[in-house]
Amino acid sequence: MENIGNYEKAYEMTENDLKIIRSLQDGIEFESNPYSKIASDLGMTEQEVVDAIKNLIDKKMIRRFGASIAHRKIGFVYNSMIVWDVPDEKTKEVGKIMASFKEVSHCYERPRFPDPPYNWPYNMFTMVHATSKEECEEMAKRISDATKIKNYKLIFSTREFKKTGVRI
Amino acid sequence: MEMEKGEIENSGIIEMDEIDKKIINKIQLEFPLSTRPFRDISNELNIPEEEVIERLKRLKSLGAIRRIGPIINTRKIGGSNTLVGVKVPEYDIERVAEFINNYTEVSHNYLRDADVNIWFTLSAPNRERIDEILQEIKDEFGYPILDLPTINQYKIQVYFDLK
Repeated sequence: MENIGNYEKAYEMTENDLKIIRSLQDGIEFESNPYSKIASDLGMTEQEVVDAIKNLIDKKMIRRFGASIAHRKIGFVYNSMIVWDVPDEKTKEVGKIMASFKEVSHCYERPRFPDPPYNWPYNMFTMVHATSKEECEEMAKRISDATKIKNYKLIFSTREFKKTGVRI
Repeated sequence: MEMEKGEIENSGIIEMDEIDKKIINKIQLEFPLSTRPFRDISNELNIPEEEVIERLKRLKSLGAIRRIGPIINTRKIGGSNTLVGVKVPEYDIERVAEFINNYTEVSHNYLRDADVNIWFTLSAPNRERIDEILQEIKDEFGYPILDLPTINQYKIQVYFDLK
């Protein structure tokens, strides 16, 4: 199914950028010359494809180029979204402290909805991955001590319905 | 550790030897950007290129590696994104999860152990498309939906360090 809309019109995205990303986003082949087919499809040399990837990284359209890992399969079975109720005036300061923990892979500030039916006072989200539930709880405790944020909750994922990575 | 090809532990965790672990650490953050990336890895780890490729194929076939490719920066490409939580009663989880999975704009979808229990991420070219999808989910099921677009991003650095 085609996505609806025109990413070409988005910020600094040329038609060529889009073509490159679309031909790479499902992953490269595991063979000696992984770009050879893509290059010939796009009428480019393999080196030009690689240079285009570097250019997209420089322009920050691509955050990184590399492997997406199924963390559960390699032993990081526990994945906890820790949600925090951080006073609005402290979000910047607290966000920086939380981000400094190497076990935290994501740290985002989001809107809160404290009223029913949502009852959701949490505005800061951190993601941690670990090999045990206790390890996640221990990390939350350490982050709480460092930030003095006491109202928080660990939400573990119990099933993965989908994980495809963002496609455009 | 010796292992049979294709063998998986009961827990679902894949058996990996030291070389597999080195390869996985390497290809997450420092995948070589060259026309012959697997040769570069083979030179660095001092094992034949053919072996690097065979090991990668095995790790992919067992599901440890999903793909090697670009991780798109959703904040930069100009589209619109959000994290969504839905409060779904136990008996209806399968139906709601399947309905959500059918959207190509959904990149992650998880069941989590909280009141708000289905969590998914949406990426679309514009906010209108996101509103449309959320409205469709609302119309179909009527459950409370938390629409939580990013206000500030303090960190995104996913790396699984295999020791």
